[in-house]
Amino acid sequence: MNIKEILNERILVLDGAMGTMIQQYKLEENDFRNEKLKDHPYPLKGNNDLLSITRPDIIKEIHRKYFEAGADIAETNTFGSTSVAQADYHLEPFVYDINYAGARIAKEIAEEFTKKEPHKPRFVAGSMGPTTKLASMSPDVNNPGYRAITFDQLKNAFKEQAQGLMDGGVDMFLIETITDTLNAKAALFAVQELFDETRKQIPIMISGTITDASGRILSGQTTEAFLISVSHAPLMSIGLNCALGASALRPYLQVLNEKAPFYTSAHPNAGLPNEFGQYDQTPEEMALQIKEFLEEGLVNIIGGCCGTTPRHIELIAKLAKEYKPRKIEQEIIES
Amino acid sequence: MHHRPLKLSGFEAVTITPASNFVNIGERTNVTGSAKFLKLIKDDKFDVALEVALDQVRGGAQVIDINMDEAMLDSQAAMVRFLNLIASEPEIAAVPVMIDSSKWEVIEAGLKCLQGKGIVNSISLKAGEDEFVRQAKLVRRYGAATVVMAFDEQGQADTYERRISICQRAYRILVGQVKFAPEDIIFDPNIFPVATGIDEHRNYAVDFFRAAKWIRENLPDAHVSGGVSNVSFSFRGNQVVREAMHSAFLFHAIKNGMDMGIVNPALLEVYDEIPKELLERVEDVLLNRREDATERLLEYAETVKGSSKKKETDDEWRTGTVEERLSHALVKGILDFIEIDTEEARQKYGPLQVIEGPLMDGMNVVGDLFGAGKMFLPQVVKSARVMKKSVAYLTPYLEEEKKRTGTSGKSAAKILLATVKGDVHDIGKNIVGVVMACNNFEVVDLGVMVPTEKIIEAAKREKVDAIGLSGLITPSLDEMVHVAKEMQHEKMELPLLIGGATTSRIHTAVKIDPVYSGPVVHVLDASRSVPVTTELANPSTRDSFKEKTKKEYEVMRKNHESRQQIKNYISLAEARKNKTVIDWATTKITQPTFIGRKILMNYPLEEISKYIDWTPFFQTWMLAGRYPDILKDEVVGGEATKLFSDAQTTLKEIIVKKSLQANAVVAFYPCYATEEDDIVLFDELGSQFETLHFLRQQTKKAQNLPNFCLSDFVAPQSAGKKDYLGMFAVTAGLGLEKLIEKYKAQHDDYMVIMVKAMADRLAEAFAELLHEKVRKEFWGYAQTENLSGEELISEKYQGIRPAPGYPACPDHTEKKTIFRLLKAEEAGIILTESYAMYPAAAVSGYYFSNPGSKYFGLGKMDKDQVVEYASRKKMNIEEIERWLAQNLTY
Repeated sequence: MNIKEILNERILVLDGAMGTMIQQYKLEENDFRNEKLKDHPYPLKGNNDLLSITRPDIIKEIHRKYFEAGADIAETNTFGSTSVAQADYHLEPFVYDINYAGARIAKEIAEEFTKKEPHKPRFVAGSMGPTTKLASMSPDVNNPGYRAITFDQLKNAFKEQAQGLMDGGVDMFLIETITDTLNAKAALFAVQELFDETRKQIPIMISGTITDASGRILSGQTTEAFLISVSHAPLMSIGLNCALGASALRPYLQVLNEKAPFYTSAHPNAGLPNEFGQYDQTPEEMALQIKEFLEEGLVNIIGGCCGTTPRHIELIAKLAKEYKPRKIEQEIIES
Repeated sequence: MHHRPLKLSGFEAVTITPASNFVNIGERTNVTGSAKFLKLIKDDKFDVALEVALDQVRGGAQVIDINMDEAMLDSQAAMVRFLNLIASEPEIAAVPVMIDSSKWEVIEAGLKCLQGKGIVNSISLKAGEDEFVRQAKLVRRYGAATVVMAFDEQGQADTYERRISICQRAYRILVGQVKFAPEDIIFDPNIFPVATGIDEHRNYAVDFFRAAKWIRENLPDAHVSGGVSNVSFSFRGNQVVREAMHSAFLFHAIKNGMDMGIVNPALLEVYDEIPKELLERVEDVLLNRREDATERLLEYAETVKGSSKKKETDDEWRTGTVEERLSHALVKGILDFIEIDTEEARQKYGPLQVIEGPLMDGMNVVGDLFGAGKMFLPQVVKSARVMKKSVAYLTPYLEEEKKRTGTSGKSAAKILLATVKGDVHDIGKNIVGVVMACNNFEVVDLGVMVPTEKIIEAAKREKVDAIGLSGLITPSLDEMVHVAKEMQHEKMELPLLIGGATTSRIHTAVKIDPVYSGPVVHVLDASRSVPVTTELANPSTRDSFKEKTKKEYEVMRKNHESRQQIKNYISLAEARKNKTVIDWATTKITQPTFIGRKILMNYPLEEISKYIDWTPFFQTWMLAGRYPDILKDEVVGGEATKLFSDAQTTLKEIIVKKSLQANAVVAFYPCYATEEDDIVLFDELGSQFETLHFLRQQTKKAQNLPNFCLSDFVAPQSAGKKDYLGMFAVTAGLGLEKLIEKYKAQHDDYMVIMVKAMADRLAEAFAELLHEKVRKEFWGYAQTENLSGEELISEKYQGIRPAPGYPACPDHTEKKTIFRLLKAEEAGIILTESYAMYPAAAVSGYYFSNPGSKYFGLGKMDKDQVVEYASRKKMNIEEIERWLAQNLTY
């Protein structure tokens, strides 16, 4: 049974935060190094994506915990694994390897669980974050026409990442936490070019981030404008994640629910960070808010972003079983 | 028909549906079209160039076209720089961009700067299919819609046939091979200059119109666009003529399906404001209506040449009254004098009265013109800006007055507007929003497809004073009921306003009002929304208004129910016992002057025309009112007078040129009525030869009211008297098709409707004339009758002429007998298989002469009569039921 068939039958659960989990391991600089990297002249601590290579045991354990909690889809530990983002650590040459490793280990654990529970196959989504640079906004207030990166640079970076992920065996791409739609369009362009070249196609999930109460993506678009801007690609799902807690995300999910001719997804944060930067919404509180989405039939895929833990996902997965997935309705105009 | 809307985006979403009227693409950020913009770019004044873009958006452009194709420019660099700058200007970036270049590299560089979904302008088959496919695939991958020029390997299409064949080929490749979304295809079938003096150019506009129509009808979901200013190229320097040409061109192009266009909204005359003579000459050119069209337009152009003359004509409106000036400024969207005029009006009326009086009147004119498709949305937006400026000027005075009169400084009432879930139509709602905002209401517009929960949640959050729901399609009616129910459930008490094309007072009264205890009001149009909301938002008038409306609706509901409840039917046998009582012993029956048929060919139209009832003529044109009063009507009088004069001209021409032919057949036969509601006819020799079948009312009647049947008006066999029945068929529609064809070829829809309406009126008039002739002469039972035209119209004569298919005898199939007896085909009138008359401008029916005969409506009948009627007619029951579906109780 392929994932689209399953999506018609039930709500799928995406896993929770990777960073929040890694923090619990209290890692040090040498956890981020291996034989190859022992002489790397720049500090690597905090480059969590690198752990797929240097401490695969930890990343595997985290995937395992989320699958045990009931997640159907694990996100690879590759959120920042583009040459653009890895430039901060001077690790551009390692990008393909990081993505390949991230995909491999997630897939390994997924297969382990699918074997154990064939009625509940587990999937791996190759996480593609927004990079650290925006294509349609200037970082220089005095020079609004300036761009720190071009479309082509982004496209090439995303293509390299996607190649590593696909070779590593991901079941789908997840272009997520989109703060600039033009970055996302470059990623979509890259992925489609890769499909053409490899003659292989896997589903694409896309997920934008509404940054504040204005209800817009950082680069200025409303939810609906964002939806329209990416609808040309062969998407499996479109959704929203990060920045906001579940209840604050709801009105924008409504827009997608009403207008999107694709499956919809949501992976909100565990509420908003407190004054210490920690997410203290309890799993129970978050589940209560998510229950509203499910009651209204807003989503097909539900999970967690910053601050969520296996306990959050466990409660969300239990809830998801009780509700029917959203039905896709094509918008048609009567004349 | 289902449509997939074209969806575009800047910061905001733009959805283009058939209800969007016309999408106006700003043209001034184009170096090839605007010398000013070119200079700014060349001089590296990009900041000022941005203002040009901003002005366009503020001026109503829904998409902005950007073109940097100039030999002296690095087009690609200029395009990228300008697009990047736009991205940081939220007001400009709100709208989608059209990247306009003849160079693919420039287009592709531009696409790499757009986060939204824009439009490429353009790709074509110019360099062959391979290149076309390659570019189309890339456009798709970058996520844009595209304009496709009617251009192929042979060159640009300049005939109708070439236009459609290239567009069709491009469409097949795009949709079939590239898998391009058809709604993302916008054809540009080439707008070329007309009135160039070159013969081959004469039909350019007509060919464009035809091609646009063909594309919209044959290439599903695709759109049609074009650069409008091209059409007037020959009149460069003459803005008066150019603006008139643009407006007239758009008027016809939109009618033919063009739904987007590159236009400068600031240089667009209002269609209705084009001087009549200029419009006629412009349309002569555009529609290629006469040989000397170009010369005549040139002649006219000479008289308005130069900008000084333009100024003169421009300023003429300043000599009008202050009310006229305000109205003119609103309709034309002129900001220049609005404050002076507002001040003058304020001194005359007082601040609030200016808004409620002259400004509202002006906006009503705008609303009417827009509704009639004679103003375009950007122009309406401009009008709203003028209105806002005037209101802004008045605001301090309003505040002052409030203080003086002691009314609290409470801010304006707040109204929430939403098009309900499942419906995307919002033009009406937007107009209401503009009108309300102009009247100092705070408007919270939730947009389209708004689910109930969102409406209720927003109403609470925003603490609005009223909720206005809008909808155009039928399912929206149920959705509105749902919203009302939920509001009741939430124990809300806010006024609920209902509006939109399918809504009605009766639906509101019967379905919505009962489910919500708060005030519910149906608002007919945008102009009524203000007084209604004002009353409802004001605590001192709210309760009484609510009570009044609730009562009105209750009465309507009761009436509606009682209409529904006359389900008290009696059996056919009982109904027959209650037939019309006529004392046949004392009834004088006149024998017609002939038995059998008489045919009248080529009856003089002039004589017929004297019998025209003009009131229905105005109804055809959606002008309400009785003739002749309608000509002096405050609201529609002007339009009606103009129409009436056009009708007179048309009528005269028809009479002089004998372009229509009027024929008639009339016949009389001896007869009697049977016990079973039939009328048996005898021929000239006295042998029984035909039977006509009639239906009887079966509703339970109040005392003394009979259950009518037409056969009651003919003496029964038992009366022992010979009675007579007449029948007739007339037409005035012979030749109409030729006339229609002629006007259609000229794309003159106005005249098409006009001649159709005239033929209909003439046919009705002929029926009236013939009936009079029958009464006074052919049958002769009222030889001394002497009635005025007015009295004729109100049917103050003896006898009736009911027609099969109409309320007294709704069975269309009976026409077959009439036509057989009349041999109507000899007069050129044919009955089609579906019992419609051809030509359509025809009337047929029976003549009853009895003084007691009268028109009535059959109403509903029960199965017993249907079964018996079927056996009388020797038709099967299902067939009868099908023909009389409207008249069945079951």
